[in-house]
Amino acid sequence: MAYQPPKDPQEIPVEEVSCGLLIIGGGNAGCFAAVEARKLSPEMDIVIMEKAHISRSGATAAGMDAINTYIPPGKTPEDLVRWSRSQVGGGPIREDLALTNAQELNQAVDDLEDWGLPIVRDDEGNIKYRGGWDISIRGEALKPIMAEKAIETGARVYNRVVATNLLMDGEKCVGAMGFGLRDGKFYVFRAKATIVATGGACGLYKSYTADSTTSHHQTWMCPFNVGTGYAMGIRQGAEMTSMEQRWVATRTKDFCGPVDTISVGYRSAMINGRGEKILEKHYAHLGGDKAPRYIRANAPMDEWLAGRGPTFVDTTHLSDEEAKELKIDYLCERPSFVLFLASRNHDVTKEPIEIYGSDPYIVGGHTQSGYWVDVERMTTIPGLFAAGETAGGNPNKFVGGCAAEGKLATRGALKYMQAVTLPPLDQARMKAQIEAEKARVFSPLMKGAEFDGVSPVEMEERMQRLMDEYAGGTSQFYRTNEERLDYALRHLAMLKSQIGLLHAGDLHGLMLAHEVIDRLDVAEVLCHHLKHRRETRWPGWQTRSDFPEADPALDCFVETVRDPLTGEIKSFTRPYEQVVPGDRFKPTLDGKF
Amino acid sequence: MPPKVDLNKCDGCQAQDEPLCEQVCPGNLMTLGENAKAYCRELRDCWDCMSCTKVCPKGAIDTRVPYQLGYHGASLTPMMGTNSVTWTCVDLNGNVERFRVKTRGRYGE
Repeated sequence: MAYQPPKDPQEIPVEEVSCGLLIIGGGNAGCFAAVEARKLSPEMDIVIMEKAHISRSGATAAGMDAINTYIPPGKTPEDLVRWSRSQVGGGPIREDLALTNAQELNQAVDDLEDWGLPIVRDDEGNIKYRGGWDISIRGEALKPIMAEKAIETGARVYNRVVATNLLMDGEKCVGAMGFGLRDGKFYVFRAKATIVATGGACGLYKSYTADSTTSHHQTWMCPFNVGTGYAMGIRQGAEMTSMEQRWVATRTKDFCGPVDTISVGYRSAMINGRGEKILEKHYAHLGGDKAPRYIRANAPMDEWLAGRGPTFVDTTHLSDEEAKELKIDYLCERPSFVLFLASRNHDVTKEPIEIYGSDPYIVGGHTQSGYWVDVERMTTIPGLFAAGETAGGNPNKFVGGCAAEGKLATRGALKYMQAVTLPPLDQARMKAQIEAEKARVFSPLMKGAEFDGVSPVEMEERMQRLMDEYAGGTSQFYRTNEERLDYALRHLAMLKSQIGLLHAGDLHGLMLAHEVIDRLDVAEVLCHHLKHRRETRWPGWQTRSDFPEADPALDCFVETVRDPLTGEIKSFTRPYEQVVPGDRFKPTLDGKF
Repeated sequence: MPPKVDLNKCDGCQAQDEPLCEQVCPGNLMTLGENAKAYCRELRDCWDCMSCTKVCPKGAIDTRVPYQLGYHGASLTPMMGTNSVTWTCVDLNGNVERFRVKTRGRYGE
């Protein structure tokens, strides 16, 4: 039977759930947060709110072929911080966060192996390193393995519940609200402490394959991670950090798949159309093949810009056996890349693999965009903790680091909640908040069949092209300037003024409507960050064509806070503090790359 | 890379509340049609993670490369075991490659 949208908010059933710890997002960080909570507190009432189904949700749905950081024998957590810092051009990074994370990292990866994740080992049984810090895994089942452990804790998992806003008690976060994608209910989760672990934001920018293909979502980052976790905090006035440090990566062309697998794992150099080794020729002074990540990401696009494209990773030296191993790696992370090669009769031992820049993402597990958190991983909103891609200031976390951070956030949350008493939901001000959110959430469903409005897809595509052309997307080789950012902000404001025109015919459409609403809030904050950084610190990740050099005065964090009442966004800076000694631009104490 | 459902093989997971592909799809894209067969509600929105293809007990879901990106006729088919998956890949010329990949348990054991 066709879905009948509700005609009146009073028809919508409300489900109230109270718990100790609420985890929004049952992904990499969220699953580890749940396991840690059970370990520390046998009595803890844990709830996981999950937009998809926990067994195959989010960024690791397709699997994973490597864990990019695992501290090898002879190296220390401080060494990892030095490497991470150098990968982002000397930072600034939050070294307090990076160090505490590094100290937890190996245990989290060991947990994964104990839970059944195959980690590739050599004939002697030692973990095999792919590069300096990264290890290969057979991670097809990474997500279900983590999900099973989270479920084993006895946590109540609410699958297919879309989070829409935080539940606030004055300045404090006391849970979250959302709607059921299957049952159409309005959910109110009341919690002593909340961890937001919803992943990053994909789809703020247009993907270059999005035009006239049946593949709008040919993106590297999971397109169902839309930045809801950031948006919910932004709307309540949480301080965000480093949003301008976007993650842009070199990816396989026409199929936005990982490239480290090939370049690091199989020592395949990036080459341009003339066959020149790009990093060796132009970036030897920055470490060549070991140059910082943003250099490696931007270099192929600079070749295109200079008229030396196309660009490739040269796989033609691989033996048939190595080519097969390479495909196995992809089958563990993005299996459809192997299908893509077959659909072009592409023999990688004879032809190199073409590469190009990805669309930009906001992903605090890779670069460092996200919530400003304290060392307990609490955001500037009391009661709200962040872990994984949502927590800012600490780049290069990847799978292992996000897992470790899930544990750290739980420890912080458990300490915090000892002093918390929750307001009853039938209190007048709580009731008013809940009713207002319910009306906001379901509004796109209640417009009626004759309504002359805007579909979520129309608004999303307008926003994505706007961001691509004006806020430094792929088509513009990631460059932007003051005038373009002002233009982007003007049009984002116009889009936001038309949110009331969004309409949806069913609950799936309602989810799409809230996804574009959330993306608009993140995009707006992102533009303010890009505006504040009147310099170019990480070319590609952040390129200002009107300020092409780095400015020593901006060797600090750029922050924003949005006023929840007026919507006004203020940007400011916070100083960098070096905790781990050494040359910030070098990955090791002896200065070697 | 949209999933294509073979209507002869799909049985809608019989009387389950939701077929398995609908349960797992991270984008909420797979659902049941009025013919009680699964379909992808919005082809453009698929991320090609292949979760539906892997979980289908009938092997009814084929992952396709959009023609604008790759040519017609290649296939990649997983056969899921308890601790491993066996992939069969066929290119445009009909060349077959097979890969057996461990999914669970200690490596080398």
